[in-house]
Amino acid sequence: MYRKIVIPVDLAHLGDLAKAMQTAADLARLYSIPVVYVAVAGTVPDEVARTPEEHAEKLRALAREQGERHGHEASAHPLHSADPQGELNRLLRATTAELGADLVVMASHKPALLDWLLPSHGGSVAEHSEASVFVVR
Amino acid sequence: MTDPNTDRDLDAEKSAAQAETEAEDQGIEPIPEPEGETELIETDYEIGQDNLAASWTLKFDIHQVVFTWSAFAIMAFIVLTLAFQNEVEPLFTGLRNWLTGNLDWFFLLSGNIFVLLCLALIVSPLGKIRLGGPEATADYGYIGWFSMLFAAGMGIGLMFFGVSEPLSHYSTAFGGVTVGEDGVRTDWAPLGGAEGNVEQATRLGMAATIFHWGLHPWAIYAVVALALALFSYNKGLPLTLRSAFYPIFGERIWGWPGHVVDILAVFATIFGLATSLGIGAQQASAGLNQLFGLGTGTGMLVALIIFITAIAIVSILRGLDGGVKLLSEVNIALAGLLLLFVVLAGATTDILRDFFANLGAYGQYLPALSMPFGREDANFSQGWTAFYWAWWISWSPFVGMFIARVSRGRTVREFLIAVLIVPTVLSVLWMTALGGTAISQVVNDGVTSVQGAALELQLFEMLAQLPLAAITSFVAIVLVLVFFITSSDSGSLVIDTIAAGGKINAPVVQRVFWAIVEALVAIALLLGGGLIALQAMAVSTGLPFTLVLLAACYAIVRGLMNEPR
Repeated sequence: MYRKIVIPVDLAHLGDLAKAMQTAADLARLYSIPVVYVAVAGTVPDEVARTPEEHAEKLRALAREQGERHGHEASAHPLHSADPQGELNRLLRATTAELGADLVVMASHKPALLDWLLPSHGGSVAEHSEASVFVVR
Repeated sequence: MTDPNTDRDLDAEKSAAQAETEAEDQGIEPIPEPEGETELIETDYEIGQDNLAASWTLKFDIHQVVFTWSAFAIMAFIVLTLAFQNEVEPLFTGLRNWLTGNLDWFFLLSGNIFVLLCLALIVSPLGKIRLGGPEATADYGYIGWFSMLFAAGMGIGLMFFGVSEPLSHYSTAFGGVTVGEDGVRTDWAPLGGAEGNVEQATRLGMAATIFHWGLHPWAIYAVVALALALFSYNKGLPLTLRSAFYPIFGERIWGWPGHVVDILAVFATIFGLATSLGIGAQQASAGLNQLFGLGTGTGMLVALIIFITAIAIVSILRGLDGGVKLLSEVNIALAGLLLLFVVLAGATTDILRDFFANLGAYGQYLPALSMPFGREDANFSQGWTAFYWAWWISWSPFVGMFIARVSRGRTVREFLIAVLIVPTVLSVLWMTALGGTAISQVVNDGVTSVQGAALELQLFEMLAQLPLAAITSFVAIVLVLVFFITSSDSGSLVIDTIAAGGKINAPVVQRVFWAIVEALVAIALLLGGGLIALQAMAVSTGLPFTLVLLAACYAIVRGLMNEPR
């Protein structure tokens, strides 16, 4: 039914992502399709990595580890931006299309009062993406 | 099993990092050093360790000390200014006048050091070092990069002073030297002036203006930007001002010495921005009033500030590429059109000839104008030059950090040529076209309306003498407004980064918060009075930052020499 799953991850908050990653793994096994781990690094050092390349290396390690643990095909697609927070939604949409993925699985916070002003990343991607979007609360 | 086709599909990315991925995945060669060799500084500090990240209605992520103290100091200042207006304003203007009057030599000397360091780095072998490591690729193309440099650096100032400053220096130079009863010069002419000599007064006026908008301000920005970029991209330290002090203070920068520098940077930036918002709203409303007769009352000013801030928030939410970068490019294109129009509609051949003549005049008068000691033109060197230097320096944390943010992947040489030389040449062209046209209107056509107009109106009065004035004035107002929007947007970006301990991935809503604070400060002081006090305060922060910049010079040289070459 699906061809490829994209799962955006924030390496600084991996703890919040367990459910989303499990969901992606289950779906990947169900349809025997690959999962692409996408993360956007900042260009300046942060708590995850000091260079975009170090960040990319960590993402690849995560993809490898997840793929081995759940037994699905996994790869990493590291991106970087001078404004990772501001550009995240746009980058995710473009990357999903570029990768030819038709299912996005992403974690998102619960709907909150101020979402009308600043929609969650999950909400924003779902609103504009051509792919199906599975928002994991 | 990995399907090789899928993998190739995924890795169809142009960046170097991606090429490495592919090579690595296919096992062709061992993993190359990520960015090439850089001297990463080993520190125990973990970025974000002093931050408070939580979710309270909205998610936020802030540096506890820097955010708290900055916010507290801003509140305290505003309350005090509003409560004790009559005492506070004289206090801060007095402080500023004392600084520019007594320490003018220090500002001028430091300015010269910054220019000389930058020029030396361009030609030295250190210029080869690339920001972000030898293999880093530039995040932005030339057009987007230049547009952002210019829009952040002085776009708004060029609109405000492009006509009025050349005209002012020309007039005072033409008026010559006057001496008061106590033997002190009372004129504001640069150097010795050029009494009654139109040609010399024009040259001197243009040279003095270009001096204030040329190499020196850009060198000030370049020093801050280079220090930040080097210590962040190459040395792995967080993107905040304190990182540039690592060679001097070592691990202590994570404690109070670093907090103080960062708090001061937030303070200077927010007050600089709020002052500009207030003063800029006055220029925009003056222009709008001239064009549409909308009035220049306080209500109009407040409405303009709210309007500018609202658009800025939209721009913030669109991110750096979709917001500031796009608006900067649009605005530089508009500014280019306005410039082209003035050149074509004005005395075209004169302007082109004067461009080189003014460049020559700048070169000729530069040594005398930048001389820190033994100046006889105290009004000019203190009231204009030292004031400008303090003002540029107080802006430098903001502009410098923004420039650093968009300059990854450039070599030091490329960076300095782009930040120092190109903007200087463009400033000469801008001042020649706008200021030169205004002076020629006064000298050749006997126009008096421009000189007689209020400062914020002189640009519009000059345009009124040319054809299609309604259209060009409108373009000028749009330019002013958009430059403000980009300033508000990029300023919020910078303040948020500093107040989040150098993290650029803090929630975007924090930038919205800072944009609103800037607007509120501007509105509060516009309504209650105190913009002058605020500006004096912002300029006064130029002194501590001069010390910061001098330290940054040392840090840059040390840091560059330690980079593998």
